[in-house]
Amino acid sequence: MTALMQRPVRRPETAAAPRERWNPLPHLAMLAWAVVTALPLLWAVTSSLKTDQEILNEPWSPPARPHWENWSRAWTAASIGRYFFNSLIVVGGALALTMLLGSMVAYALARYQFRGNRLLYYTFVAAMFFPVFLALVPLFFVVQQLGLLGTYPGLILVYTAYAVPFTVFFLHAFFRTLPGEVAEAAVLDGCSHAAVFFRVMLPLARPGLVAVGIFNFLGLWNQYLLPLVLNPDPDRYVLAQGLAALSVSQGYRSDWSGLFAGLTIAMLPVLVAYVAFQRHIRAGLTAGAVR
Amino acid sequence: MRHGRWRFLLAALAPALVLHAVFVLSPYAQAFYLSLTDWTGVAGQARFVGLDNFARLGADSLFLDALRNNAVMLVVVPAATVVLALFLASMLHGRRPVRGASAYQIVYFFPQMLSLVIIAVLWGFVYNPNTGLLNSGLRAIGLDGLTRSWLAEPSLALIAVMAVVVWSSVGFYVVLFSAAIDSIPKEMFEAAVLDGAGRWATLRRITLPLVAESVQVAFVYLGIVALDGFVLVQVMTVGPGGPDGATEVVGLSLYRTAFTYGKFGYATAMGVALFFAALTLAVFALRWGRRSTVETA
Repeated sequence: MTALMQRPVRRPETAAAPRERWNPLPHLAMLAWAVVTALPLLWAVTSSLKTDQEILNEPWSPPARPHWENWSRAWTAASIGRYFFNSLIVVGGALALTMLLGSMVAYALARYQFRGNRLLYYTFVAAMFFPVFLALVPLFFVVQQLGLLGTYPGLILVYTAYAVPFTVFFLHAFFRTLPGEVAEAAVLDGCSHAAVFFRVMLPLARPGLVAVGIFNFLGLWNQYLLPLVLNPDPDRYVLAQGLAALSVSQGYRSDWSGLFAGLTIAMLPVLVAYVAFQRHIRAGLTAGAVR
Repeated sequence: MRHGRWRFLLAALAPALVLHAVFVLSPYAQAFYLSLTDWTGVAGQARFVGLDNFARLGADSLFLDALRNNAVMLVVVPAATVVLALFLASMLHGRRPVRGASAYQIVYFFPQMLSLVIIAVLWGFVYNPNTGLLNSGLRAIGLDGLTRSWLAEPSLALIAVMAVVVWSSVGFYVVLFSAAIDSIPKEMFEAAVLDGAGRWATLRRITLPLVAESVQVAFVYLGIVALDGFVLVQVMTVGPGGPDGATEVVGLSLYRTAFTYGKFGYATAMGVALFFAALTLAVFALRWGRRSTVETA
């Protein structure tokens, strides 16, 4: 197929050219949606540098001078820094644990034959098809009885438990496609099962690990429902919780500039990272959907 | 070696399996039992009430509002998102490469990177009746008559929420459909041009049938999104869920019933109802999907 497309095909451009006038519609439509997408984001960023007066009186104008102090106020006084830190701990811990457990389970189920293999696979994967809302109430009491309510380990374990099924599903297919000869050669050379997995198979699965890692990171970073129920202590709020709480409390105090600054601080790192790695990220996320 | 094999398998599977059993399987299993009780959270005081909770759900007007709103979202959101995304993707991949196509894809994908909470807070500002981007923009171009309290008018609030869902989803599906269109051999388009097919005929006869599978995937994912809606409604709307139940969704009813009112048995029954609604839809979607793939084959 690719060979066909790369071969210089005689293009029928001369035949079609007279009928193909330059059509402005595609450009206009695409530009319009780009504006609709980007304008609210740009507006939030510019508003974060304005005074409250400017925000209220001239919503569309740029600030007279940039008020960076809004950002520092949001970071310290409105605790965005603390929420950021909490998110980093919880998501970092959960992501590492998810990738470790998920890849081990996917590998064991994909490359080893034993009784109950299929049953175990479906036990994990079936969980993807149940709405989290169904589990919400019992989950709250399970976590409470284990004494893990409002703790980092509690959130990390629950995040991991709910991220593992998709990770297993995605990587299971990936490990199946890897060549078996390399693993067999390693076994003949005297590698243990664990060494084959960690030294040989895991590096081979890197593209799959990166894709599912990005997918998991975004999913966990944006998690709101689970922390809302399982993490009631304001000192340990994750970023999403903190922003939601802030939008209520700052609204009462009419500190609009501080709220816009908090929003921008939460938004910018993700967007910058996205622009830097955009091709990988888009490919990874859409691959996750099609599988 | 045999011995090492079992030890490795145990080490690889056991930790994840324990987590899965404690935090995923057991809550789901408990939910079905709890939905048949009147439990209010006191240990050992769950009285078995049979299907009473489900009978009460049928007469709970707020829950019925929630069901209706989720149903409306289920009809509107996937259709609107898919049509808009297909349109933009086909514009992006016309017969000639469009200049800046990759830059457009980057921008369209922005909302996918943001958490729903950020999107909800942001659009709460956009819809603000006095200082919001939308109304002040309308005033700036002289359309004062069109300004509204978008989230405070019962007839507009749900539409405003759905617009945000569509806004945040379209970019992802533009990229998904673009990839599908890219994989169609160029020769097919060229042949169509030679046969005298116009833009519209090419779209209908070639592009659409060949991206049908991606469109099906999109409908399934967007259906899941439409049955949820919790985060946007909880953060953005008045009440939340208001005005007067206009934006109530099942997830919000469940959350409030459980964690504000402490009626855990009744709340779990809502979860079970949501589960069976989703299951029914999934079965229908699978049937419909199988028939339409047979037709194109």
